[in-house]
Amino acid sequence: MNRHLLSIDDLEVSDIEDIFTTAAEMHDVQKRSVKKLPALRGRTVINLFFEDSTRTRSSFEIAGKWLSADVINLSAKGSSASKGESLRDTVLTVTAMGIDGLVVRHGASGAAEQISRWVDVPVINAGDGTHEHPTQALLDGYTLTRRLGTLEGKHVAIVGDLTHSRVFRSNVKSLVKLGATVTVVAPPTLMPAGVADWSKEAGFATSYDLDPVLPEADAVMMLRVQRERMSGGFFPTAREYTVGYGLTRDRLSLLKPGTPILHPGPMNRGLEISADAADAIDSAVLDQVSAGVAVRMSVLYHLLTGEPQGNEGVGE
Amino acid sequence: MPAHTASGSHEGLTGRVVLDAGDIQRAVTRISHEILERNKGSEDLLLLGLQTRGVPLAERIAASIAQVEGTTVATGSLDVTMYRDDLRDHPTRVASRTQVPAGGIDGKTVVLVDDVLYSGRTIRAALDAVSDLGRPAVVRLAVLVDRGHRELPIRADHVGKNLPTARSERVSLRLVETDGEDEVRIIGIVDSTGPTDGGEA
Repeated sequence: MNRHLLSIDDLEVSDIEDIFTTAAEMHDVQKRSVKKLPALRGRTVINLFFEDSTRTRSSFEIAGKWLSADVINLSAKGSSASKGESLRDTVLTVTAMGIDGLVVRHGASGAAEQISRWVDVPVINAGDGTHEHPTQALLDGYTLTRRLGTLEGKHVAIVGDLTHSRVFRSNVKSLVKLGATVTVVAPPTLMPAGVADWSKEAGFATSYDLDPVLPEADAVMMLRVQRERMSGGFFPTAREYTVGYGLTRDRLSLLKPGTPILHPGPMNRGLEISADAADAIDSAVLDQVSAGVAVRMSVLYHLLTGEPQGNEGVGE
Repeated sequence: MPAHTASGSHEGLTGRVVLDAGDIQRAVTRISHEILERNKGSEDLLLLGLQTRGVPLAERIAASIAQVEGTTVATGSLDVTMYRDDLRDHPTRVASRTQVPAGGIDGKTVVLVDDVLYSGRTIRAALDAVSDLGRPAVVRLAVLVDRGHRELPIRADHVGKNLPTARSERVSLRLVETDGEDEVRIIGIVDSTGPTDGGEA
């Protein structure tokens, strides 16, 4: 396994399987009364968040704490970054305190990779701009594997604001790696530029039309419409978006019975997902949240333990 | 990330066989009787096999107790990966299954079952893991092979075979369930680093 987790490209299929195997054990720990494993005792992890986040930051924090690491949260608001300190200086200052791992979220694509070149501790990308969000893709893949048994040969539809979605980019890569067939659906204005070439190369399908895709799908992943990243003009009205691409009550009946519905959150109820879908019996939204802690525990464990110089051990 | 490479993976290496399938079966039977005698029956017993090869051994002991007593003894598995004291120095291991019966371990007589007892560090880790799972009345230790060279004040309550070895030797323990055959071998390869690795405690 690579030293950092910046992109799904850093992981081999066997790495993903190892992460899932360990995550399944971590998942059981959540059900215990003593939710603590000593694996990262004495290690310090810093969550460095330059962008708002609730679930990702808190689940990394819980994950680190349940592995007995000391976890410190730093957000851009209230840190020296708001006083004009450069990213490099902020990162070097933080790592100079003698930490063992850095979890980074930043609004700029490629920020995590850039940071990984400056520091000598493992860097985990918790979302960089519109580039990638690998731990989200891993927890989605883990949730789907638990629901569907395997992803091999399964058809996953990813629907919504693809242009602004790092969740989509990471998920396409990991789902295809795990053997799933992926169809991504979005209005033409929210389909990323150059997706035609990329989809051919990576082996996934694209569609502007949601209704024919739903009956074929073994799982549906709805993505949030990221209005904060939009400068307007991507669709005429919210209502029009919902009619074309929202998972409405009517569309639920197009799904095969038992099809899991995923959403990385936070949900815009009534926009991309109806309350009926979000609270449906097949909704996996809360599973995703609990899997998020288990998968992040697994990622922290795999990246922060083991020999410091590469993990290509010879067994014994 | 290599898989948890345990003591039984030395296929193709020579060395001498110290226990064959019959010996292993007799040792399991004797351990079963000892556990029953010590516990004065099978009440409140829980056999907790340490991953990997302790798990099938615990199952075998349970089967043997069932034959003698006609009662079913609860079994489970315990993975101590997260509790090891050498996580920094070894290639990262993937966690394996910890499974405890629905009733939990509180108030039970827990017998930890492992294949080879060596440094004692795995058992130290197992005791920590057990205390995170609950509060058993008693914890005992049963091992198929005790090869000596303890690094901690730990000893087994039930031993299948005491096997005096040199530190430079390796004990390869293979079981049908995990390796396709029952066999314990001593292999005389010199490894100066002194393994305190998986499969051997």
